[in-house]
Amino acid sequence: MSDAHADVSKHVKAYIAVFATLAVLTIITVWASTWHLSHPMAIAVALAIASVKATLVAMIFMHLKWEKAGNIWFVIVLTVFFFVVLVSIPALMHSDRPLGTVFSSWG
Amino acid sequence: MSAEVLPYTIKPHPVTGLYNGKFGVWLFLASEVMLFGALFSTYIFLRIGAPETGPAAWPSGEETHLSWKIGGLNTLILILSSVTMVLAWVQFKMDNFGKGRLYLAITAILAIAFVAIKFKFEYAHKFHMDIVPSTSVFFAIYYTMTGLHALHIIGGVVVICYFIGPGAKLWDQNREYYTNRIECTGLYWHFVDLVWIFLFPILYLL
Repeated sequence: MSDAHADVSKHVKAYIAVFATLAVLTIITVWASTWHLSHPMAIAVALAIASVKATLVAMIFMHLKWEKAGNIWFVIVLTVFFFVVLVSIPALMHSDRPLGTVFSSWG
Repeated sequence: MSAEVLPYTIKPHPVTGLYNGKFGVWLFLASEVMLFGALFSTYIFLRIGAPETGPAAWPSGEETHLSWKIGGLNTLILILSSVTMVLAWVQFKMDNFGKGRLYLAITAILAIAFVAIKFKFEYAHKFHMDIVPSTSVFFAIYYTMTGLHALHIIGGVVVICYFIGPGAKLWDQNREYYTNRIECTGLYWHFVDLVWIFLFPILYLL
């Protein structure tokens, strides 16, 4: 049990550091939205920062950094793959036919 | 039903390498990713399909009447609640029941604050301005995504309150089992935080 105590108490510093980083990245996200970037660039910057934040939450708060069981990674890789497929569907359709022409007919 | 009936609540299952609860929560979260993923996909679909100009055009930041200050405050509240959740688990792991429960209570209060701010200063304010889901495509997806997320927060509060209250009896019977259940609750809670990390920029800032 004493090993476990030492292990988790070591994690506490990481938790606090991640909290500070997430708070700073949130401020940077808001700040970045005032840079007047082109639209695709603004989306890329915001999503890149959000991805960094999400990775920090998953690796540290959700303990993936210390997770030894390979099955979790199997589930995660599959999930990420299907998520990417899911969010790519609109982009694939867009390349087929400009959606603007579809929506403008909605009036 | 006694706790002993369920197998592998503490020791890892020989096949998965995880105790059953944790493996179950990860599978559940995988299905949650698909649920929210479908909505993110819908958002992208609606957004890239919106015409450049005219009444159906995607609204700019000013036109949505969404305050980044309120959204940002709620982001910080949720991040803080993730930290208190994981610190609760640390305290239970170190056999400090009282402190662990205190951190759980702080997490629940922060979660309630998030929902209260969302309803009082955002939804109520919008409804007062006659901005409802049928107002525009943007508000249809805004209410759907944030509404589903708020339901997840409320669900999390119910579970956390259960472990502060009646569920805490398990601590006296089996500390490790109770601590593992808190870890599972935490995994769910961090996922809810993770979803908001993406919702905040796409709805409030872009």
